[in-house]
Amino acid sequence: MKMLKVFALVCAFLFVQQSAMAFEPRNVLCIAPSDPGGGWDFTCRNMAPILSDLDLVKGRIRTQNMPGAGGGVAYAHVVGQQKGNANLLVAASTATTTRLAQKMFQGFDADDVRWLAALGADYGIVAVSPNSRFKTLDDLVAALKDNPAGMSFVGGSAVGGWDHLKMLMLADAAGVENLKAVRYTSFSSGGPAIIEIMGGRADVFTGDVSESLTQLEAGSLKVLAVLGDARLPGVLADVPTAKELGYDVIGANWRGFYLPAGVSDEQYAYWSDAMKKLAASEKFKTLREQNGLAAFERTGTEMDEFVLNQVKSLEKLFARMGQ
Amino acid sequence: MDAFQSLMQGFSGALIPINLLVVFLGVTAGTVIGMLPGIGPINGIAILIPITFALGIDPTAMLILFAGIYYGAQYGNSISTILLNVPGTPSSVATALDGHPMAKSGRAGPALAISAIASFVGGTVAVIGLMFLAPVLSKWAIRFGPAEYFVLILFTFTMLSALSGKQFIKGLLATGIGLMLATIGIDGGTGIPRYTFGHLAFYDGLDFAVVTIGLFAISEVFLLIEQTQTAGEVNTKLGRVMVTLKEFLSCWWGMIRSAVTGFLIGVLPGAGATIASFMAYATEQRLVDKKGTFGTGDIRAVAAPESANNAAVSGALIPMLTLGVPGSGTTAVILGALLALNLNPGPLFIVQHADMFWTLIASMYIGNIMLLVLNLPLVGLFVKVLLIPRYILVPGVAMISYGAIYAASSSMTDLMLMTGFGLLGYLMRKTDFPLAPVILALVLGPMMETSLRRALSLSNGDWGVLFASPLVLVLWGLVAVSAFVPLIRTLRRARQYNDSEQH
Repeated sequence: MKMLKVFALVCAFLFVQQSAMAFEPRNVLCIAPSDPGGGWDFTCRNMAPILSDLDLVKGRIRTQNMPGAGGGVAYAHVVGQQKGNANLLVAASTATTTRLAQKMFQGFDADDVRWLAALGADYGIVAVSPNSRFKTLDDLVAALKDNPAGMSFVGGSAVGGWDHLKMLMLADAAGVENLKAVRYTSFSSGGPAIIEIMGGRADVFTGDVSESLTQLEAGSLKVLAVLGDARLPGVLADVPTAKELGYDVIGANWRGFYLPAGVSDEQYAYWSDAMKKLAASEKFKTLREQNGLAAFERTGTEMDEFVLNQVKSLEKLFARMGQ
Repeated sequence: MDAFQSLMQGFSGALIPINLLVVFLGVTAGTVIGMLPGIGPINGIAILIPITFALGIDPTAMLILFAGIYYGAQYGNSISTILLNVPGTPSSVATALDGHPMAKSGRAGPALAISAIASFVGGTVAVIGLMFLAPVLSKWAIRFGPAEYFVLILFTFTMLSALSGKQFIKGLLATGIGLMLATIGIDGGTGIPRYTFGHLAFYDGLDFAVVTIGLFAISEVFLLIEQTQTAGEVNTKLGRVMVTLKEFLSCWWGMIRSAVTGFLIGVLPGAGATIASFMAYATEQRLVDKKGTFGTGDIRAVAAPESANNAAVSGALIPMLTLGVPGSGTTAVILGALLALNLNPGPLFIVQHADMFWTLIASMYIGNIMLLVLNLPLVGLFVKVLLIPRYILVPGVAMISYGAIYAASSSMTDLMLMTGFGLLGYLMRKTDFPLAPVILALVLGPMMETSLRRALSLSNGDWGVLFASPLVLVLWGLVAVSAFVPLIRTLRRARQYNDSEQH
């Protein structure tokens, strides 16, 4: 009995002690909501450890793969069972927000977690075969207006996924009324979709820069427009943005993190500050460039707002598609 | 000769001590990863990537290491498949069909030995193919569109009868079960969830490893428990460890044929080692199985799929290196790593990074020899697994199976599903249903469905696309031959039987 009392006292003391101190993450776990390999896994295994290198997190950050439902299993786990756990990061990207906008994480919404940061983005491209009948984006848009079903789009995401959305956003900006008529064929990833372009069986690829770099350098794909704020460096320096050409479409596939709901404002502030420092570090910039990601930074409440707005506008687009 | 000279230069690169060490580490790690079900080379490599980056390993050495793990895993895979009936990946299910019966009848040694030899043959044939045909074959891969895939898979299905043994109708029913299971999950063509009952766990469909390990390994556990109850301890003979020359020669042409098939199918992005191994098994069954011993522990039926799945693995490197398009999940991960090192595989890779390409090829020759040397002497050690008493083996197999699945997905639902499939597998075996068609249908069903729908979506609904290219017509020809020849043979046999009755 006495032992128990002492134990309770020690516990209480430790508790008071801890809450009095400033927040300091320990034993941090990063959940990659997919199998090893791929973007989310990369976010956890390559981006997050820089936090340790910069001494923003003590000790190594462990990665746990929690595949399922395109991130839905991890989302349900974090919302349902990790409330208030400030030592948990979860990798996310545009794929997460498109699924939220489609209500594919059944019973869960975008405001069920706290969006922490976007660190770098992969910009979308509109690409065709070098000997395609479309020489410019204007050619393509004119043909699309004339007959929305007259060409086939391919991409590496499911119908309703990011590559499909970029196509819809482009058609929308071009003034195509009947969005449902535009044909999109989905492939399991960018690679096989590019093969369809190279084999002459499909017309337009609306993937991202990073998955098509090799083909761009070899000249087996021709990019009509980049869906970014500004022109990209490197191989794509001569390619105009869709915005330059008069179509207001930005397709930035961002990579970043969210935290469970219920973390304190102090903890949230700590993390968003840490993410800012991470984004500014040389080590991160090198990593980002090596992986074909462009600069794209949103942290803290700015990120939270950005995501909630993105989900809202995607919901509108889906509503027009009748999905 | 140009290729020969380049290869010699490649060897001079591959034989430097650090690269030799890396090959050795790669193939050893690969063997171990392959032996453990459910982990697989994808996870192994994905986890190693940040470590190799942190260590600052030279890109050539890294490519050698990853390739070593990749083909080494196919060697290791056959060990748990043959000894414990635990195929770690769908590509070794065909090996289980005869490999495990061999082990049960005291011929585990020759089964393991021939699988190591066949893997070596398959691997070597594929490396030679990789050397001479890489640029040519990349064009063949581009010509393979959704319509071609659809007919190729149809062709594989027509060969299913080979896997069903004498139980043709039961084989069809098993295929049906597999196809139904395959429809679970989000449909990529429309984004609509099918048969998920609102559970997020079903959105990605069923994991092959869960179904495979459940059907094969867990049902094996149930059978073993039952046997201990009814028959007591069964005496396990170990028998000889090596293959005889006669056995080896009986497998020789089958291994070569399967290696070629495996390599060509491996080159196609996405088709991969599973189709290759099943197709090799079915081809050999039709060509050489005169006495109907396939399925009961025929050594030729172990050699063929093992040769094919190893060849397919090397073949899958071609589209990755020459087109920058990964041919399998593992090559996708390797591609990611190469990109991160600013090496862009693609049409120019072999020209721009000739030294790297040839060093890789040379290292694969060396790696295959190392695997053979490593695996053959260890056969004697591996077969001792069979001497492990039942009261340790049964919980051991269960523990490895559950541990592997949980380690990969950390999902309780997967464990429960696996148990369910274990029960299903147990019932199917008790009632003489073949298990392999379930796996094959589960792997191929979604590919066939999506290929057909993609073909029609690209052609804007025109069915003519299924007959539009010369390649697709050739494939239809194969389908026709494969579907009708057995039918004609059966009819003729029936007539002969009738004739002999009458006279």
